[in-house]
Amino acid sequence: MMDRLSRTALAGLALALVACLFLPLWRVALLAPQYPEGLGFYIWANRMSGDLRSINGLNHYIGMKQIVPESIPELRLMPWALGGLVLAGLGAAAWGRRKALVAWVSLLALGALAGLADFWRWGYDYGHDLDPTAAIKIPGMTYQPPLLGSKQLLNFHATSLPAAGGWIAFGVLALGIALIIRERRLARRPRPA
Amino acid sequence: MSRSWMHQFAGGLMAALTAAGCAGGGSANMAVDADAAQAVYVAPGEHDELYAFLSGGFSGNVTVYGLPSGRLLAQIPVFSQYPEKGYGYTEQTKPMLETSFGFIPWDDSHHPKLSQTAGMTDGRWLFINGNNTPRIARIDLTTMETVEIIEIPNSAGSHASPYLTENTEYVVSATRFSVPTPQRDISIDEYKTGFDGVLTYVKVDPNSGEMAIAFQVKMPGFDYDLSASGKGPSHGWSFFTSYNSEKANTLKEIGASQNDKDFIAAINWKRAEECVASGLGVATPSQYVHNKMDHSTMRATSRAMTSVTMLDVASCSNLVYFLPTPKSPHGVDVDPTGEFIVAGGKLATVLPVHSFSKMLAAIEAKAFDGEVGGIPVLKYEAVMAGEVQNPGLGPLHTEFDANGFAYTSVFISSEIIKWSLKDFTVVDRTPTYYSIGHLLVPGGDTRQPYGKYVIALNKITKDRYLPTGPELTQSAQLYDISGPKMRLLLDFPVAGEPHYAQAIEASKIKDRQVRTYALAANNDPYVVRSEAETKVTRSGTKVHVYMSSIRSHFMPDNIEGIQVGDSVFFHVTNLEQDWDVPHGFAMMGARNAELLLMPGQTRTLVWIPIRVGVYPFYCTDFCSALHQEMQGYVRVSERGSSVPLKWNSPGQ
Repeated sequence: MMDRLSRTALAGLALALVACLFLPLWRVALLAPQYPEGLGFYIWANRMSGDLRSINGLNHYIGMKQIVPESIPELRLMPWALGGLVLAGLGAAAWGRRKALVAWVSLLALGALAGLADFWRWGYDYGHDLDPTAAIKIPGMTYQPPLLGSKQLLNFHATSLPAAGGWIAFGVLALGIALIIRERRLARRPRPA
Repeated sequence: MSRSWMHQFAGGLMAALTAAGCAGGGSANMAVDADAAQAVYVAPGEHDELYAFLSGGFSGNVTVYGLPSGRLLAQIPVFSQYPEKGYGYTEQTKPMLETSFGFIPWDDSHHPKLSQTAGMTDGRWLFINGNNTPRIARIDLTTMETVEIIEIPNSAGSHASPYLTENTEYVVSATRFSVPTPQRDISIDEYKTGFDGVLTYVKVDPNSGEMAIAFQVKMPGFDYDLSASGKGPSHGWSFFTSYNSEKANTLKEIGASQNDKDFIAAINWKRAEECVASGLGVATPSQYVHNKMDHSTMRATSRAMTSVTMLDVASCSNLVYFLPTPKSPHGVDVDPTGEFIVAGGKLATVLPVHSFSKMLAAIEAKAFDGEVGGIPVLKYEAVMAGEVQNPGLGPLHTEFDANGFAYTSVFISSEIIKWSLKDFTVVDRTPTYYSIGHLLVPGGDTRQPYGKYVIALNKITKDRYLPTGPELTQSAQLYDISGPKMRLLLDFPVAGEPHYAQAIEASKIKDRQVRTYALAANNDPYVVRSEAETKVTRSGTKVHVYMSSIRSHFMPDNIEGIQVGDSVFFHVTNLEQDWDVPHGFAMMGARNAELLLMPGQTRTLVWIPIRVGVYPFYCTDFCSALHQEMQGYVRVSERGSSVPLKWNSPGQ
């Protein structure tokens, strides 16, 4: 069994994930000579915000598909997945078994990985599936945005980084792993009689 | 011409020349310090510290400059058609130039005035007068667009305008040319008995800025020249200079220059409000129009008005007093404390300064020197605070700094004098190149001037720039006034003739600039909010094209079924919601102008084709890499042709 501190901490981590429902998870920022003030968009659990209209307008030159948040099913799924993780975390804390902690953290890690993989897949699709009649066609050029970090895409310098919600999710994952390590150490130590 | 006047002229001229010599003026090169360039250098990409709004004079516009660099930032069309922006050509903006005389495509803009709150500029609106066909315009400083123009009836030449009270309660106007009021068919020889000079108070709504004529005051038939409102203790009063108290009606340059003193009219407008409230005003039939840009539809409408409330000085006692003021005073300016009323007696050898507190005491003590036109004339000595000796020749306008000094422009001797409000003595003078009219100190007409500069607005430039044929530019000159001596820093040409100008800290304006109009809030009746809404409809010979523009195409861009003699209304909406992405629209053979569409805006151009054929239209504002491709065609068939109306919108 986990000790009281670990169980409380696990419950706290699960609750911290609630913030991810109300904060942007990811931000993609675009800078170009004509856009010194920058363009960009945020990905939230259930929506996207920012300069999508302008970005879609520009993307039509290279034949990229319109980014239409309403047509992205993940934005409908993600709030449920996050909610499930919160409840599972609270359940694990209540149950108190170390196995439950490990299972929850693994689930969280898998969820994060799946999310990143999905984001990459969308990026790949937008960047490669281009309209053959587009005005600007550069042989060999594709426009997949970076998953994490920066990349030059024609005149735009694109930067992709976690936003507040994303940082919280990664923080929760890191602290969850720290909790597992703590529990392992406690398990190796003989219990006081 | 009187001999005494000649003596004064010569004496003043000599004084001015001596003074200019002492100031070490002389050669233009000598007048500029080596470090002047550094003082006005605004590095590429950096912003100026001040916006300056200059009247465009006979261009009918307002020009916007950055200071201290002197860089031209924008031209705001006000009273004149401006084909570059389609202003006064589009269906949405044509009503702005309507008057009771019909559509007038031009006026002479004179005095820009920034709205004030508690005697300080607040960065909300800029007012400017049209001098020729009397009008006052209001410019919204968040969009830098003219949003309202009100015509001033019973007036001819709105020169003393639009001087405003310290909380922008009113903007005023006074007739420059007295005229029969109401207008009627009488002989000009009846000037002395049949002509009146009308002053106008225009109420400004404190929230919307909307103007409405509150009342007019019927005054003797002089020429009214300029105005200033009281501030602080003198709030509630306004002052108008007059000349031609002789009531000459021909060759006024002589006839109006005979009297030793003309008058400043001091108007107690709070008293006027009382008189109007107690029903002493007379509803007077008057034709004028009120033109407004609707915020939601972004379309102007012109409304005909029929009546104003007229106050007669005979029926409203204690409303007006005359302050005798030497020799055809031009400018009148009130110092930051509200105590001193400075007159620019353009033919006088001294610069008279009246005291507001002495004026109140003189009114109390009835220190009158008779009456003119039923208006008590106060004794000159009883109201005078001092006379600035040796002001140069032809003093016109005065502005103030924060340290108790005044700066007066002097036209004939072409200089600025700096003088002390403590002892009314000149402490510095510097030449201007040439023939300065107005001048400005940033905040120099407010309760707290903050400017480090005085800007001269010059009528003549002669040898100052590369010559450009017979017509030479007017100019502005920037002087540093942070030290004891005025120091010339910069000299720059200006668009049109700048009469007055105003400057304001950039911080009060720049963060409130509108970047795009929200498409969702665009309620023009012909708006399209997406390409799916574009269409072409016909009703009789009127064809309405609901068109969209977005980088880099118009929709529709192929239209057929238009016939010779149709009126084709191109209602073009810019679908962009991105900063600094306007689109233009130009139609070959259209006998008006282009459209220039800000993001989210709809504008309408009318085209009446006169020959069959296929004619192109295109985007005139370089919008994108594929701007050249942003074009389309209209097919024009014979009148009565069977070619059906056809266009290529989505879903067609």
